[in-house]
Amino acid sequence: MPITAEFEYVKPKDMDEALHVFSLYREKARALAGGTDLIVHLKENLARPEVVVDIKALEELSGLALKGGVLRIGARVTFSELIGSARVKAKFPLLWEASLTVASTGVRNRATLAGNICSAVPSADSAPALAVYDAEVLTLSVKGARRIPIGEWFTGPKKTALLPEEIVTAVELKLPEKKHGACYMKLSRYEGEDLAQGGIAALALADNTYRVAFCALGPVPARCPRTEAALNGNKLGEKVLAKAKAALLEELSPIGDIRSSKEYRLHMAQIMLGRALESAVARLFKKGSKYGTENIC
Amino acid sequence: MKSHHIHFSLNGEKVSLHVEPSDVLLDVLRNKLGIKSPKVGCDRGDCGTCTVLIDGKTVRSCLALAVEADGAEIVTLEGANTRKWTQKLQRKFHEKNAFQCGFCAPGVILSATELLEKNSRPSSHDIKEAIAGNLCRCTGYEPIVAAIEETVKGK
Repeated sequence: MPITAEFEYVKPKDMDEALHVFSLYREKARALAGGTDLIVHLKENLARPEVVVDIKALEELSGLALKGGVLRIGARVTFSELIGSARVKAKFPLLWEASLTVASTGVRNRATLAGNICSAVPSADSAPALAVYDAEVLTLSVKGARRIPIGEWFTGPKKTALLPEEIVTAVELKLPEKKHGACYMKLSRYEGEDLAQGGIAALALADNTYRVAFCALGPVPARCPRTEAALNGNKLGEKVLAKAKAALLEELSPIGDIRSSKEYRLHMAQIMLGRALESAVARLFKKGSKYGTENIC
Repeated sequence: MKSHHIHFSLNGEKVSLHVEPSDVLLDVLRNKLGIKSPKVGCDRGDCGTCTVLIDGKTVRSCLALAVEADGAEIVTLEGANTRKWTQKLQRKFHEKNAFQCGFCAPGVILSATELLEKNSRPSSHDIKEAIAGNLCRCTGYEPIVAAIEETVKGK
């Protein structure tokens, strides 16, 4: 399918030039990194930019670095780079596990984490992990830099807090201070590549505190504070889990669509919460399954 | 639209041509450069039949602008002789009858090429994961996985 829209293509070599284009064109400029969403949108005429700004030559946007308990993921970093990083696997295993569930190798070789959260579909696989690791999104424009907590980033389906003149430069994750085990449970119709019908991320810390987040089970991916409150301070057991599941149901508002009904999503979300928590706790004590091997479909 | 003059390496040969910003890499390969192994399938990144190697990595050529290829090294199945594993895979696919209509085969073989270049002793899970983005509607995948496994063993 050819792209029928007409637009200019620029590939700035330095950040000032890129920011200038965005300040000039605003909504009419679209950033291109992996293009795995943007090109589809261009083909379907869902995106009608006047200029496509290829950001892959901007050195400032590259690199994965862990410093002082903060992992900085440049906006150009692809899911394949995240999966290939031994440091991400060792220190942020939940992000590593979630990255493995994104589409397929041929897409992950191009698709970026920053692009995933800029597309901001409710089923964004990276989002629950980012929520659980208290991520912040770093943006830049000619007016200056901003840091946006991931909880304030998604403002609606396919909508974010990014301003028209801004670009995302990096995403930063905080390493939990204590040891943790975690699990991303993605419900899909089959193994291999599929969008999530629902996704639950659970993280367990050694002091019996927990973090839970979801995707595709509400209009935007989000943390589940009430579910966490029901769990915190307790060892995982049947009674605690029942309370947590009840709290979770209050925090979810899934739609019914071509991939599954609302009722199915709500039913499976509870099962996924249980399995994700059990797996996270088992992994915390080194008794669990290897990261990247949990599947539910 | 301002057209761009781009240069890249295609199957080991230098190519330079003018492209429009909206030209999709897959269409340019097929319609301007006569490279027919990458196919137009879903045309939105789901099926994998348009797979090419860009700088050694599998990429959906239906999801790349041609202008992005400037300076890149592109290998398609036509350039199988430039990679260590590709022709071995082709022979084994043929031997094992690992395709029927053949529409998915170029993409599958390039995905397997990328896998074997990174990991020459893949598990069956690694193989399935590597080709998870290449849809085959004929074989049920079993002969494909077997062909890749046997390529590794050099049987």
